[in-house]
Formats: sequence, C-alpha cells, structure tokens
Amino acid sequence: MNHDPDHAAAGGGLLHRRTLLSGGLLALGAGAAAAQDAGIGSGSPTTMKTPGAPFTPYGVPSHFRQGVKRIVTGNPPGRTGVSRTPLEMLEGSITPTGLHFERHHNGVPDIDPDKHALVIHGLVKRPLSFSVADLMRYPMESHVRFVECAGNSGGMIAPEPAQVSAGALHGLVSCQEWTGVPLSTLLAEAGVDPKAQWILAEGADAAGMSRSVPLWKGQQDAMIALYQNGEPLRPENGFPMRLLLPGFQGNINVKWLRRLKLVATPLFTKDETSRYSELMPDGKARIFMLQLGVKSVITRPSFGLNMQGPGVYEISGMAWSGSGRVARVDVSADGGKSWAEAQLGELRPDKGVTRFRLPWAWNGGPATLISRATDDRGNVQPTRQAWLATYAPGQAYHFNAMASWGVDASGKISHVYAA
Amino acid sequence: MSMRPDRLFLGLGAAVLLASAAPAAVPSPNLGRPVDPAALAAMDISIPPDGRGLPPGSGAAEQGAAIFAAKCQSCHGAAGVGGPNDRLTGGVGSLASPKPVKTVASYWPYATTVFDYIRRAMPITAPQSLTNEEAYALTAYLLSVDGIVPKDASIDAQSLPQVRMPNRDGFVSWASKERPKAAK
Repeated sequence: MNHDPDHAAAGGGLLHRRTLLSGGLLALGAGAAAAQDAGIGSGSPTTMKTPGAPFTPYGVPSHFRQGVKRIVTGNPPGRTGVSRTPLEMLEGSITPTGLHFERHHNGVPDIDPDKHALVIHGLVKRPLSFSVADLMRYPMESHVRFVECAGNSGGMIAPEPAQVSAGALHGLVSCQEWTGVPLSTLLAEAGVDPKAQWILAEGADAAGMSRSVPLWKGQQDAMIALYQNGEPLRPENGFPMRLLLPGFQGNINVKWLRRLKLVATPLFTKDETSRYSELMPDGKARIFMLQLGVKSVITRPSFGLNMQGPGVYEISGMAWSGSGRVARVDVSADGGKSWAEAQLGELRPDKGVTRFRLPWAWNGGPATLISRATDDRGNVQPTRQAWLATYAPGQAYHFNAMASWGVDASGKISHVYAA
Repeated sequence: MSMRPDRLFLGLGAAVLLASAAPAAVPSPNLGRPVDPAALAAMDISIPPDGRGLPPGSGAAEQGAAIFAAKCQSCHGAAGVGGPNDRLTGGVGSLASPKPVKTVASYWPYATTVFDYIRRAMPITAPQSLTNEEAYALTAYLLSVDGIVPKDASIDAQSLPQVRMPNRDGFVSWASKERPKAAK
C-alpha cells in the first residue's frame, strides 16, 4: 500500500474523493516479445487475425456477460411478481432498457399500438381520445428519471440481514431517459373542470391496474411516456404508452395506459388501499404517500463481489430522491464512526439516479461500508431503526434507510445491519 | 400521415393564439378526437366509494360462497384464509397489534373497492369473466365471513356504498402534505 496519508478522508482507509488513483498496474504487458520473421502477429490476439462477426439488427450483450440479467422471482398462478435490476453488475446512472425492473400484477399485455388509444374524460370540457399516432405528433420532452417500486428494499425489514446481492435486495429501482408528451398539454386540450382534483389512471393489462393521481402532479411534471432510452417503450414497461410521475412510487406510473378520468375525489382503488399504503404502529395507515424518499445503495463492492486482497478499490453506488436531486452522499468504511463525502457523477438528474464514487484503500481488515444520501431539499436517509420505528411490524413499503455491507478479513462481503 | 384540413385550421389558430398570449408556449397540434358516449360508458369500469357507476342487479352471500369455492378458493383458501395468495378475511382489530393481519375485512376502507377489483381483475386466470351479479355475490360473501354484512345478505348498487368497513377511518391521507404550496 502506497497512498499518501494526506489523502485520507475518513477512517477505515477512505480516501479523499478527488484522489488520483495511479501507478501499480503499469508493469503488466511488458513481457518479452520475441521478434520473429513472421510479421507482426506474435503479439496480437486472435481477434486481430480473423474477421469479426457480421452486423446485427439489434445488439445484445457479449456472450461472455450473459449473466447480466434481471433477477426473476415468483410467478404464481397468474403473472404477478417481479424481476429486479442486477444493480451490482451495472454502472453509471442509466439502466439498460432490457434490465429495467418489472412489476406486473397479471402479466405483460400484448397491445397493438394501432388499436390502442388514451381516453381523457370525466370532469373535462371535452372528453378526448388520442391514438398512439396522434401522440407521436405532439411536442415531446425527454427526462432522466428513476422508477422505483414502493416495495423496493422491503427485505430490509427482516430481523436478520438477507445474504443476497444488491440487486436482489434493492433492484426494484431503475433509471432511464423517458421521452413523451407532457400530460399538462393533453389536460389543457381537454379542458380541466375546476372541480377536478384527482385523475384516475387505468392500464389495459389483465389487472386493470388503476390508481388515483393528484391533479397537481398531472399538471406539474407528469408525462405520457412513449420512449425509454431513446427507443419505443418495451412491452414490460408499458408499450405503447405509460404514465410517468417523477419521484412517485412505481405502481402509480401506470403502464399500458388507456384511460385518465378526472374526478373530484380519489377512487380508493385496490392498489392504493390494500397495497401501497403504509401501516403505522398505531394501526392507522398512510394513504396517498406517493413521493419516494431519499436513498442510496453501494453497489460495488457488495454481496457477491468479494475483495481481491488489500489495496485500492473504488466504492461505487447509486443515490436518488423522489423530492429532487441528490445533493451529497457520505460514505463510511468503519460502520458509521467516520464519514467521507463521495464524488457525485456528472449526471445528477432531478428525480433520477446519481452515481457516487469514492476511492478506498482497504487494509485487509474487517470493515463496514455504509452510504448516506442527502437531497437538495435537505432530506437525509434515515437509519434502519428510525425507519422501522415509523411503521407497523411487517410494513415494508417506501423503505429508504441506509444499507450496509460488512467486509471480513478474508475479503468476503456480507449484508449487515450497521446503521 | 394524412393532414385533415379542419385540424390544420384549428392547429394554426391555436398556434397564433398561443404565440400572442405566451411566446414561450409550444403550440399543441390539438389532435384529440371526440369520444362516443356509449364507448366511454363501456370503458368506465371504475367504482368510487359513493357507488356511482354500479350496475343493476344484485348478488347474495350464499350464491357468492358457491362461486368462491369454485373460482377463488384455490388461490385464497377456504373462506379466504390459508391459500397461496392474499388472505382475504379475518384479522379485524389486529392492525395496531404486534402482528397486524391485513385483509379485505380488516384493512380495506370501502366495500366498493372489493366489487370494483373483483369485477375488473378476478379470477386472475380469467379477469372480467364474472357477471355483475357474480361480482355482487362474491362481494357479499367475502364481507359476510367476518359479519360485516349478514350471512343472508344480498348486495346491490344501493346497498354496497352503505356498507361500513371496519377500517373505514383507519387511513391518514398524505395527499395534502405532498402537494406543493400554491404560488402567490
């Protein structure tokens, strides 16, 4: 280990976020290159001596990385359940389209866009229907936004920490660039009656997913999303159109959107009462708590990505907030005794995922890694105990407390409850 | 893409209006089409707590028990307990205890939601295959298991919104807390 002690930012070997990592690995590849008379091939890999594969109409990951897949769990009688984003296998802020998490309540409908329309009705001057082709002609916007299932990280309420990967624990969050028509444009065209306060949004899936959306959100930053990461929505993400409500719990971002009804009072649908409401210790439940909290997760190192001996590593993770932008992320390597501020990525989207990184000189001893995000509204990630005390036993929605990874002297990483 | 003259005219008109009123606003193409009221009525399957939109007909708890045994029990268990999927009955009064049991009976605030959800989404292998009367009957049956309605109850559009669910007042709305403060 040869790092300048001046670079220490906190205990446990955390280095200052602007530390330049260098040296150490430069000697590789300097082996003997025995010169032959047979041209230049002796120092070349075979890929330099054989033409490569032809063009493909739609790119897929390298066959050497076929394991970078969604983590699919549960598919009882219908098609309910989830698949999670493998967070620990990814980097940056943007989730690849095919790895966006899924939560379906009765499977993925196969919708012909030429036969699908969005109807806006109820407390409006003019009930209107918009075909997909119609919407394609509207002025669009593109925004990087996360979508997170209200049940994400729900496993963190278990009494003992589950020994599973970051994706298996926290992978019901994804972040993409969404493009579509601002809902405010369509509401203005329909003419909102002053009595309207809510919008009932309904999907065309076999669950008939329906949720009540506050009208202010529909008029503020809601989008009828048509594209994700630049390509038409995938069926599992709502093709041909979905409602996107930045920062709101995933379920209310109704996929396969077919109907918006403006109403004076909420509908109290099954998915906003039975599910996605939050029971508190006194037996009362929060309803219409839609905005997600500020949150962060260290994805590297993490469970399943064990250390490879003492030396300099980069701690990398993701942070997001339903209220705004991530302002800072602090990282501890000593179980919360000391903290260092991480470097935030260039992309710091409003209600999107910000990547954070921090160099770490691991000395080979036991360590406990924790991250703590703060958003630009001053919200700070709570401790797990504080979060648990807010809700009734078994209540797992909107879990946003700090998460921790333990590193033992062999470099093995386990999931621990340390904060 | 075909350009309809009437739309072109309207679109340009709107653009001129917007341009004069608010220079920064993006002109909308105004392509929304009027909706046939009958088609709209057929689409609107949502039932609010006041019961507006409930269909004619009625269903008795006794009929509902038979339908439940045939179409629901394999997922939800006998009388709504013990199946592989959500528990539907029991648990009333448990919400403030160390082991809260959330069921239709113990947790859901409105009986209209039960009818709405059964009719739109159940049974999960054949959603929207039930008649309105079957949906009423199943609702009556489920509510009768915990005595929310009598065992011999029959439910219809008038009586369903009158049903008082045990946890009717158990919810605290967060809606006003998240609503941004109005600009002065």
